[in-house]
Amino acid sequence: MNKQQEREQKRKRQQIIRTAILAVLAIAIVYTIVVNVTKDEDIVKVGDTAPDFELVDLEGNTHRLSDYRGEGVFLNFWGTWCGPCKKEMPHMEKYFNEFEDQGVNILAVNISESDLKVQSFANTYGLTFPIVIDKTNSVRDAYNVRPLPTTFLVGPDGKVKKIIETEMSEQEIKTYMESIMPS
Amino acid sequence: MSSIKCECGHLNPEGTDICQNCGRPLSTEEKSKKLADMRYDGAAIRSKTHKRTVVDKIWNFFSSVRVGVGIIIAILVASAIGTILPQVFYIPGGGANEAQTARYYEDNYGIFGQIYNALGLSDLYGSWWFMTLVGMLGISLVVVSLDRGIPLYKSLKNQRIDRHPSFLKRQRLYGEGQVDDPDAVMKKAAEKLKEQRYNIREKNGALLAEKGRWARWGPYVNHLGLIIFLFGVMLRALPGFYVDESMWLREGETLAVKGAPGLYLENKGFTFDVYTQENTDEVFSEAIERVGSVASNYQTDVALYETPEGALPGSTNAELVKEYSIVVNKPLKHEGFHIFQMDFKLDELSAMTFALENKETGESLGEMTVNLANPEKEYDLGNGAKVELLDYYPDFDGFENGEPQTATPIPNNPAFLFKMTTPETPEGETSFVAIRQTLEPLGENTHKLAFQAAETRDVSGLTIRKDKTIPVIVLGGVIFMIGVVQGSYFNHRRFWIRKSENGQILVAGHTSKNWVALQRELDAVTEYAGLPAYTDQRDKEEQSDIPEGDSKS
Repeated sequence: MNKQQEREQKRKRQQIIRTAILAVLAIAIVYTIVVNVTKDEDIVKVGDTAPDFELVDLEGNTHRLSDYRGEGVFLNFWGTWCGPCKKEMPHMEKYFNEFEDQGVNILAVNISESDLKVQSFANTYGLTFPIVIDKTNSVRDAYNVRPLPTTFLVGPDGKVKKIIETEMSEQEIKTYMESIMPS
Repeated sequence: MSSIKCECGHLNPEGTDICQNCGRPLSTEEKSKKLADMRYDGAAIRSKTHKRTVVDKIWNFFSSVRVGVGIIIAILVASAIGTILPQVFYIPGGGANEAQTARYYEDNYGIFGQIYNALGLSDLYGSWWFMTLVGMLGISLVVVSLDRGIPLYKSLKNQRIDRHPSFLKRQRLYGEGQVDDPDAVMKKAAEKLKEQRYNIREKNGALLAEKGRWARWGPYVNHLGLIIFLFGVMLRALPGFYVDESMWLREGETLAVKGAPGLYLENKGFTFDVYTQENTDEVFSEAIERVGSVASNYQTDVALYETPEGALPGSTNAELVKEYSIVVNKPLKHEGFHIFQMDFKLDELSAMTFALENKETGESLGEMTVNLANPEKEYDLGNGAKVELLDYYPDFDGFENGEPQTATPIPNNPAFLFKMTTPETPEGETSFVAIRQTLEPLGENTHKLAFQAAETRDVSGLTIRKDKTIPVIVLGGVIFMIGVVQGSYFNHRRFWIRKSENGQILVAGHTSKNWVALQRELDAVTEYAGLPAYTDQRDKEEQSDIPEGDSKS
């Protein structure tokens, strides 16, 4: 009888070992698959802290993202050749003037174009918000920006609230700016 | 759990074919066989011993070699189908945009392409079901190894020296017969076997000679290697283990290295050399004659910069790490990153030189060169003449609402809006200059900018790789090969010799493979010690060697 009990115990032990082995393997595989399938190149996701950076604007002032902590930042990546950028920038200019005093800033990051080209663009459209140029693409890479324009709405807490990878209408820009207004 | 009690009194787990103590056949199937089934030495493989719970059922599913082989075939078939159409990383855009990828397959390969892409065959290694298959193979390897390896190990470790005569009789090599002095024969046999480097154990007038047991672990070592290999591949999914990026870098440009935050690379010059008739001896002359020229070198001279720890993206305080010439197969190596020469584009426009001329007289007021990557606002030509660059369109592609447009930021087709000021025309004249096109939007000008010369620069295509999983994958591969050698080139050989009650000597032999060598050894022992003659009991038509692993389940 004793032997029978011993076997029963052994069987139970084996059962636990088997369950543990299968569970570990299953978790490893499911994790791998989930990581791979959801690997949509988005380094920065909604809810993440927006990667800090420092870039120089056309006037020579250095802008550091973390300096804007406590206020909303409308972080727009753009290029002078990009059609949708041309369309949305005048709207951004309009609401920049409206929201500047309410704690919402615009930071327009140009992707490695020449100073002259960016300056002439700003002049043509009468842009007054700070435009910085990412000469080495390092900020573009840190945010892994693919299509232009791409806009990151950064809240007063420094977290990314929304990522917009298309052209925005005037109304949308207004709504987005309101959404990152410090309360 | 039920168990089987052998005649000798030993309790064997259910599913045991041969008593683990004395070696008598237990199952009816086993009893009906003329020869003992020596796979796993007759031990019950684990999946046979209990099959009650869900866990047991899953376990049993994966412990089946048939299922394992099925999974391997499924992976093979999927991989084969995956070669029919190009994978996403070979199509334009590289599959970054899903909608664009879908359109590509639909446009180029029709309905078939659509289905192909929808099923994930276009990105086979990235599709969830393919990864699931590989994962299942991993589970199968682990479960099969444990399920068979542990009982086999226990069975061989605890094997009895004096096996029952019925066990010996059912071995493939078997002999029995009367000898004059059984003890002397046994002694001489042991001597000879020892000489053949057998490990001899004796008990109660029975002898077990054994060598090369470790060869039996070959398949399990092999499996271990595969599991480590798969684990290494799995690590690639984790952040920081694997980087595979590519970037274009123009001569003179400094850009952040993609996938390697904090590293910057400056292109100090790209070289493309060819073998020509002049600079080459015999070796390539035939090929050169045939195709005109043969490339001899692709080289990018670079300077690598790194920002200090904690520096922010966009900061400009990077320090020079080293200068290096990247040539094919000689990547720049730094902190686990390898930067390879992969591609190139020659002769992209980089600067254009114009002369300011009086249209009527053709008199030149001076020349100016516009750097297309970083044009200046104003060019002073001296003597009161200057040219202002009002706007610049690197890739001019026509007008929209009277506005010149640029398609890309790359200077493929540069166009300029100049304002020319001379002592003659102090208020300035505006001219729009494009390649083979000059417009004077604000009325007739007296001056023009005449194109003089162009400078070009080359673009290097670089690939950035980092793979921390390589050591793990190599380790897995080495262990795999050790397992293959262990199981293929070494055999586990055993002889059982015992005296029976009536003064006869019984002798039996078994090997995991290579029966000829076993017979040769037994021949030598038989001759030396005077053992009874043996026969090969295998009925050649009926049975063939079934290697371990091919289970009935």
